[in-house]
Amino acid sequence: MKPQEIAALLDLGDSYLERYRGGKKIKKVMKNRTQINLFFEESTRTSTSFELAGKRLGADVINMVTSTSSIKKGETLIDTAMTLNAMRPSVLVIRHGSSGAAALLAQKVNCAVINAGDGRHEHPTQALLDALTIRRRKGRIQGLTVAICGDILHSRVARSNIHLLNAMGARVRVVAPPTLLPVAVDRLGVDVFHDMRSGLAGADIVMMLRLQTERMKGAFVPSTREYFHFYGLDAGKLAMAKPDAMIMHPGPMNRGVEIDTEVADDIDRSAIREQVETGVAIRMACLDALCRDLDAEEDD
Amino acid sequence: MAADRRVVYINARLIDPASGRDERGALLTVGGKIWDLGAALFADGITDGSEVVDCKGMCLTPGFIDMQVFLGESVDTTAKAAAAGGVTSIATMPNMNPVVDRASLVDYVERLAHDSGVRIHPIAAATKDLGGEEMTEIGLLRQAGALAFTDGRKAIADSQVMRRILTYAKAHDALVIQHAEDPMLAREGVMNEGEMATRLGLPGIPSIAEVIMIERDLRLVALTGCRYHVGLVTTAAAVDAVRKAKAAGLPVTCGTAPHYFALNELAVAEYRTFARTSPPLRTEEDRRAVVEGLADGTIDVIVSSHDPHDVESKRLPFDLAASGVIGLETLLPIMLELHHGGHVPLAHLLAALTSRPAGILGIPGGRLAKGERADLVLFNPDTPWRIDPEQFHSKAKNSPFEGRPVQGRIIRTILGGRTVYQAG
Repeated sequence: MKPQEIAALLDLGDSYLERYRGGKKIKKVMKNRTQINLFFEESTRTSTSFELAGKRLGADVINMVTSTSSIKKGETLIDTAMTLNAMRPSVLVIRHGSSGAAALLAQKVNCAVINAGDGRHEHPTQALLDALTIRRRKGRIQGLTVAICGDILHSRVARSNIHLLNAMGARVRVVAPPTLLPVAVDRLGVDVFHDMRSGLAGADIVMMLRLQTERMKGAFVPSTREYFHFYGLDAGKLAMAKPDAMIMHPGPMNRGVEIDTEVADDIDRSAIREQVETGVAIRMACLDALCRDLDAEEDD
Repeated sequence: MAADRRVVYINARLIDPASGRDERGALLTVGGKIWDLGAALFADGITDGSEVVDCKGMCLTPGFIDMQVFLGESVDTTAKAAAAGGVTSIATMPNMNPVVDRASLVDYVERLAHDSGVRIHPIAAATKDLGGEEMTEIGLLRQAGALAFTDGRKAIADSQVMRRILTYAKAHDALVIQHAEDPMLAREGVMNEGEMATRLGLPGIPSIAEVIMIERDLRLVALTGCRYHVGLVTTAAAVDAVRKAKAAGLPVTCGTAPHYFALNELAVAEYRTFARTSPPLRTEEDRRAVVEGLADGTIDVIVSSHDPHDVESKRLPFDLAASGVIGLETLLPIMLELHHGGHVPLAHLLAALTSRPAGILGIPGGRLAKGERADLVLFNPDTPWRIDPEQFHSKAKNSPFEGRPVQGRIIRTILGGRTVYQAG
């Protein structure tokens, strides 16, 4: 996406946020439209956020959770896509454990497709909501230093944020042990740090990532204890960042693993709750923008 | 076919990579054998009532010998695909159901070839059920006709097992073929590790997984003296390792496939599952090293690694899709890209498909010489065309070369003196 397009989506998200915070009436731009949330992976917050966003815009929202553990999981994806397509929804929101799954689905259906996370590839609406959260707190994105910390290797949130923040003119750093960084990550336009204190030095935004517990038992890092010692965000490490640095986390948090409870709950510093609220607004913006495109097509 | 049937191929450009022959002339087959050939043959135009095929100056070479084919679909369509690709002999991988790990199955696979239009040379499993643990009956399998031993798509990973297989195979003068990929380093990986994999969010297979396995094996080869062949060499480091081993006099040979010298990892962009292969497509630097390895003779043979997969196993998210491409019908034109591009001389490329695989496998054929099998291929090295898998004889269509403009087309394929394919 181009910076202007991103900015337009953020503006739209901003206005939705103001409207429902202020209790104002929201135009039901998705009236008589069907939105299907197709989740092949468990997710409470993202699916709820998309569901709420659709409902606030007046859409009929259907949630489908399909386990990826079924034997022929890939076949399920294409077959399900074709079946759902025949039901003529306006928007399909998909989350899948395989990178590229949303793109594959988009080739097979006629409706709009939103990627709600595909494997370790991308999670675009998360990056958009993070950008909006940053912009609301800091007034801008351009020129800010953002340190993304933790499991970059397996994180689609990190990849989407790197692309978006770079496009918007932020300086992006990644901070992680070498075993949790993808090969050639510097080619994505980031500065790489293995030492968290130097990685956080002078940062405006500290973006923490979730580290799944099964990856900590000797596979990628030796132990939870060692990980928290070197890469857990606590008051001491946070002191290296700017005094007004903002803390973000896509959730769900592992308290005591990647983030100290005290820091996570610091109302002044932590934007973690706000991110959830912004998430609904930015997803409304995405749905709205896509439906405008659909309206234009249908008028033709 | 009458055993004394005489066919004369006139006006041919006779290319025999083994002897270096490259001349305009004629070739006479009687029954299933090459009776005579040369510039002087039938120079007076009198052909004694033989059947005459006018080659119109096109290349007549030994039929191609493809050392690595997976019989993933019916023998009939595979044989038709082979004939259409100029391939007269295929060595089949043991990855079948059931796995070719017993002497009776070697015999069964050989008999599949009967009247199919291609010769089939079975390669047997090196370990029972390709399990990587227990050695197969190498001696009995060898006697039954197995030309070589491999675990197919899997590396023989256990060092002790590999050492014993090489030690034992040496006593039976058997060839051991390795799928050179350290399975631990490759675990979870679905494409080449690097920037491309990072951008696509796909788990990578590091290129060192290949050379680590080869270098370990080379130590075991030095220890045992067994003949060892790397099925597919795909990285610069691996080409270099084999080059050094050859210089040191080890009994080592290796092969590669067209996709490793014609494509790089960028072919995977947009999650193209038809470009998912094992080993994975590598970097441009690796691709160039493979071309160089072919040019300087480090890489002995070119194989298609023909591996049919149906649409259902490829129309999936990338990490869930099957690995493998079909290649019998694109072997010649993709190989000729190196000739047309001036990277590798034609005779050199043809040797990698004829005399060299015959020599490594120890089978007849692969030469234009009196008394040899009349397995021949006639082709025009310049015909331009565009690859269209829908036109293939192979039932599976998983070609990574769809839509590619190429040069060089098979005109006729002859097996034992009998035409088994003729361009329409």
